[in-house]
Amino acid sequence: MTLDELLGKLFPAGHESHVDEAGILSGTGLYGEDRVAAVLGVVNQAPLGIEGALALSGCVLQVIRQSPRQPIVVLLDGQSQRMRRRDEMLGLNEYLAHLTKCFVLARQRGHRTVGVMFGTIAAGAFISTGLAQDLLVAVAGANPQVMDMPSIARVTKLPREKLDALSKTTPVFAPGLNHAMPIGAVVEIWEGQGIATKLAAALQEPAGRPDRRDQLGLERKGRLKAAEIAQRVEKEADAYAAIVAKT
Amino acid sequence: MKNSLTESDQSSWYEATARQRVDGLLDPGSFKEFVEPTARQISPHLHLFDLPEAFDDGIVVGWGTMKGREILIAAQEGRFMGGTFGEVHGGKLVGLLRFAARSRSAPRAVLMLLDTGGVRLQEANAGELAVSEIIRAILEARAGGVAVIALIGGRAGAFGGGGIMAACCSRIVVSEHGRLGVTGPEVIETNRGVEEFDSRNRPLVWQVTGGKTRRLLGGADAYAADNIKSFRDAAIRLLDKAPNFDLPTMELEQERLARRLKQFGECDSTTAIWQKMNIAERDRIAELSDAEFDRLAQLQAEANHDAR
Repeated sequence: MTLDELLGKLFPAGHESHVDEAGILSGTGLYGEDRVAAVLGVVNQAPLGIEGALALSGCVLQVIRQSPRQPIVVLLDGQSQRMRRRDEMLGLNEYLAHLTKCFVLARQRGHRTVGVMFGTIAAGAFISTGLAQDLLVAVAGANPQVMDMPSIARVTKLPREKLDALSKTTPVFAPGLNHAMPIGAVVEIWEGQGIATKLAAALQEPAGRPDRRDQLGLERKGRLKAAEIAQRVEKEADAYAAIVAKT
Repeated sequence: MKNSLTESDQSSWYEATARQRVDGLLDPGSFKEFVEPTARQISPHLHLFDLPEAFDDGIVVGWGTMKGREILIAAQEGRFMGGTFGEVHGGKLVGLLRFAARSRSAPRAVLMLLDTGGVRLQEANAGELAVSEIIRAILEARAGGVAVIALIGGRAGAFGGGGIMAACCSRIVVSEHGRLGVTGPEVIETNRGVEEFDSRNRPLVWQVTGGKTRRLLGGADAYAADNIKSFRDAAIRLLDKAPNFDLPTMELEQERLARRLKQFGECDSTTAIWQKMNIAERDRIAELSDAEFDRLAQLQAEANHDAR
């Protein structure tokens, strides 16, 4: 799906947006009867470097400042973070962290945020965009990744055939939507007609709800330990807090 | 037998294990670990790859006191699977931070002793999602007034999701050994060629990712010598200076990062950056002693800010 096709399907009542040279999308779209959502994103298969991350965080802060509680829709067709010595030297980790923080701040301040993947988004760029939203959904073409299979094979020093076979029995490591769904990273897949209705409904939900992705991974049987371990730590910490309080 | 205080104070952070760092930082006998190794919560995935497991999955989490002050603490073991985030490893940190964010009885400070290459590729999807869950929990804790301090000086540094996570904390302490970044030099070289980044050029690697560069540019808030006492002193100093996580802080960080890009975006080396910052010692930063370097860093406007 192209960006224009996706915009048309999500916002049939109208939209206007702009893509800058770093592949950063910004604009607005109409949903429901006549309500306005901010439309942001990383598109054109662009890697996310310091310029792009800073432009996008600037857009998020502008929405927070100028349009209290306005929903934010984040469209994603990028790649990984930009892999350059210069970006690393200038502290790309801070730029990506800042972007992540701005999205989370928006949620905490009542902006409902929905990420829509329609292409690749990977690694650090995925953490600071798609995975930072209230709700992450996928449409045709979505391809979430941590690392591509050839690189996984190189780093793990395992033959590609063995990895391919393993990826059929566990969703825990291999790239792709069919693995991101069961672990709870991607909540829904939106297909066919009625995408605009689905978006409008998703944007009506409250913002900043507790993170339930580990529960989702458990329900879908793709990530069986994460929720249990986190809860066990919390429970032991609560018990210890009661002991500390008595002394 | 337990080391005397003086010995553990002086022992190298870089050489210490995760448990030695925790023991050295906290008041003797004050540490209570959660989901201890005796619980044998191992990775359910590593055996698929014929890899050895660890009973703590490479991370220690718990509660203790540091100079009498209640704190939560998490320490990654860089020597097990490069300190990487797997499902169990990540889940332990998520639980600790959710407790910090939620409970009124929780200490108001969390120390994160990061020593990580990032997401564990053998469980990459679970690890990546754990990183995202940890970041959200850090920011919820911060929004509730909890100070979250990252301490970085181990052999794995803080890369990948770990590098992003570090910069989501309230404050960051680094030593000279504490490398910090997103994509590691080897991965950049593999993807972009040796002309882009020669990962075997150690001085270059340190210039681009090392603790001194991070501190001078404002990517870290305090510099520690490579010993446990120095990290503890820096952490205590920073605990009461944690910036709020709110709109004014994020506006300031936006300005700070925009200023860095504008001032230094054209620079092709750290020496060029230090020249623009008018640092007289620019050609011998690596040779400065810890004390000399710390003094220099405290004089730099960009290195000293509340915008994180």
